[in-house]
Amino acid sequence: MLQAIGLTKSYPGVQALKGVGLTLQRGEVLAVIGENGAGKSTLMKILAGVQTPDTGSIEVDGRLVELPSVVEAQGLGIALIHQELNLADNLDVAANIFLGRERVLNGLIDTRRHLAEAKVHLDSIGLDVDPATPVGLLSLGQQQLVEIAKALSVDARVLIFDEPTSSLSSGEAANLFRVIRELRSRGVGIVYISHRLGEVKELADRVVVLRDGENAGELQRSEIEHGVMVRMMVGRDLSQFYAHVPQSPGPVRLEVEGLRTAAHPEHAVSFRVHAGEIVGVAGLVGAGRTEMLEALFGVTPAVGGSVRVGGVASRPASPEEAIAAGLALVPEDRKRQGVILQMAVRENVSLAALRRDSRRGFVDRAREEGLAAAMISKLGIKTPSDRQVVQFLSGGNQQKVVLGKWLALKPQVLLLDEPTRGIDVGAKHEIYRLMEELAKEGVAILFASSELEEILGLADRVLVMHEGRITGELSREAMTEEAVLHLATDTLKVD
Amino acid sequence: MRKILGISALLLVVCVVTAALSNSFLSAYNLENLIRRTALFGIISIGVAFVIVTGGIDLSVGSVVCLVGCGVPWLLTTHGWPVPLALMMAVVASVGIGLFHGLLITRLRLPPFVVTLCGLLLYRGITRGFTRDQTVGFGAEFKGLRLLSTGEIPIPFVSGFSIPAPWIFLLGVAIAAGVFLNRTVYGRHLLALGSNEQAARFSGINTGRMTMLAYVISSSLAGLGGLLFVLDVNSAQPVDFGNFYELYAIAAAVLGGCSLRGGEGTIVGVIVGAALMQVLRNMITLVTTHNNIEFAIIGAVILSGVVADELVRRRLRRA
Repeated sequence: MLQAIGLTKSYPGVQALKGVGLTLQRGEVLAVIGENGAGKSTLMKILAGVQTPDTGSIEVDGRLVELPSVVEAQGLGIALIHQELNLADNLDVAANIFLGRERVLNGLIDTRRHLAEAKVHLDSIGLDVDPATPVGLLSLGQQQLVEIAKALSVDARVLIFDEPTSSLSSGEAANLFRVIRELRSRGVGIVYISHRLGEVKELADRVVVLRDGENAGELQRSEIEHGVMVRMMVGRDLSQFYAHVPQSPGPVRLEVEGLRTAAHPEHAVSFRVHAGEIVGVAGLVGAGRTEMLEALFGVTPAVGGSVRVGGVASRPASPEEAIAAGLALVPEDRKRQGVILQMAVRENVSLAALRRDSRRGFVDRAREEGLAAAMISKLGIKTPSDRQVVQFLSGGNQQKVVLGKWLALKPQVLLLDEPTRGIDVGAKHEIYRLMEELAKEGVAILFASSELEEILGLADRVLVMHEGRITGELSREAMTEEAVLHLATDTLKVD
Repeated sequence: MRKILGISALLLVVCVVTAALSNSFLSAYNLENLIRRTALFGIISIGVAFVIVTGGIDLSVGSVVCLVGCGVPWLLTTHGWPVPLALMMAVVASVGIGLFHGLLITRLRLPPFVVTLCGLLLYRGITRGFTRDQTVGFGAEFKGLRLLSTGEIPIPFVSGFSIPAPWIFLLGVAIAAGVFLNRTVYGRHLLALGSNEQAARFSGINTGRMTMLAYVISSSLAGLGGLLFVLDVNSAQPVDFGNFYELYAIAAAVLGGCSLRGGEGTIVGVIVGAALMQVLRNMITLVTTHNNIEFAIIGAVILSGVVADELVRRRLRRA
């Protein structure tokens, strides 16, 4: 019922899709998998009319269609359930379902009809909430079901789910799967994007694998196998992809004792990272990884506990203090927290070291240029010149600019939060290589990642978090996907 | 750079048109006066530009001009304060106002629009209160002090035309501001914070302190402007002295290439913007018989300038 052929799409600095195709049948759950940067999100946005492809065609029921906007896509029965839900918290469930298509009686909104019709749609997917409840009072899982009800209210025949379980509890996820199966039996076509291969195996009738903006293969129901999917996604053997050489750890560089974050003040976390060591932090979304890193870096100061960097007590109250203590953070949201998009590579790289390199408050231009040149060559930043505006670099090169900004300060401890999110496979590989190199130079590295393969491939040790606590620590020998996931979901206590 | 060229071209066009329509435009008296006004408005516009570069706004400028412009002659004449003490008071008041705004904006996280809008009401109201709405002025006294604004610097070998003293102040302020913004670490931090506050903070920049600094610079230059304005015109009425000056200043900054989204702006551009505003006002006075449409003309010109800029920018982006 839905077919896409030869879709391409490029953004400044990145070719996100290089000719991707897929077909979707009625009453089918089609999983689309691939690493970050493989082009999944771009493909979905094109199918939902959020973005238009550079070339390629889309057919619905065998008819060639254009999807210039979300409205057109919805008119053809295609709806996208976003990763970040698009609901107005302050409006009630019924108002959200009919947002933009309000039923009107005598020029006023017909609230009674809204409530009645909303109730029908909610019942059809088994969501038992009063349609007059403000959406902000619902759990995330319930809000997602409201989104689905909203899509069904416009007679959606194709539902696209983008990482729907990333912020759901396991109970909520199970309920979502029930609803998805129910929709499938009604003939709705479902495109399901997920990183979680377990879910894919449980739910999908067919799997399309994307890699670097191209189709990397397709698996039928009987062929869906964890190892097969990973191999197709990565395109090479993992052992080759992550050439990790464990270092013999040096002295303790970071010592965290009873640290309590503002987000989870009831739990205290403690751990150590040695010089030359790469320690991974694993956990589901909402496990408190980012909060912990941001507390260590003083972004949102910790409410209790002690932090020692290189043996010196310092619980930073601001990033300024954290940097002075020898910490550096490559933050989660590269474009908003990592780089200044409108500024040049040179100015971004020198930003943190600017005061140190200044002469009586004046920018030392020669040193600034020297620093930028050094980082561009050391990190292999692909840019026409150090005056190029960072906005026009690819994600991977932007991330290298962030790394360069910190390496200029020679930090003792490097914190990284999802360092390879949204960058292509080649650049990921280079970031891994740089992390290895820094460890070799004696930097203590602590990195949080949602990609288990990355942690298993790169880390000497892993700390697993769940709801603000460290539920366990695994050495490289004990690190398996199952062991990490058990700790991350806290379904099994491992001593 | 392209923006400065565009606005300079517009300034030139308006000058040529005005000169063609009015004989008195190019007279020495008119030009001197124009330069004097441009210098005065340039000073307060540069102040506002600092705030705009951080992505904020300062609506209190006109009222600070009123507070200092009325307060200084009031202290000197009504209360007989010595000159240094009165000037000190003016500095304390304008720096204090900037700190007050900055603290409310960075510590309490109040929106700059609201904080400075309340400032606009507050300082004018306070001035009207302590002066009892009476006109204040220097009369025939303080000639020496008034030279700061009314003085003229002769140009060697040129007779009949001299440089108005406020131009020296503008030059000093502009050079200091330009060097600060483009050459110092703090200036870079200010631009970084205006472009992306979060990334600036994550890079170890004390964004709160830099924001406060911007508001202090804005109200300090407004205070300096207020003093020079009143020294120039000799007397001030609290009810309308400095009225709408914040809007002239903001318009000059925006015309001069400051983005209201922050992170963008040059000092030279702001001065050209301020000059354009003054030439426009001058043109209306000289060419038309009804001054009452002044606002309409200024509004229309600014709007068309901004629209043209946006259209050119879009075309460039597509190309």
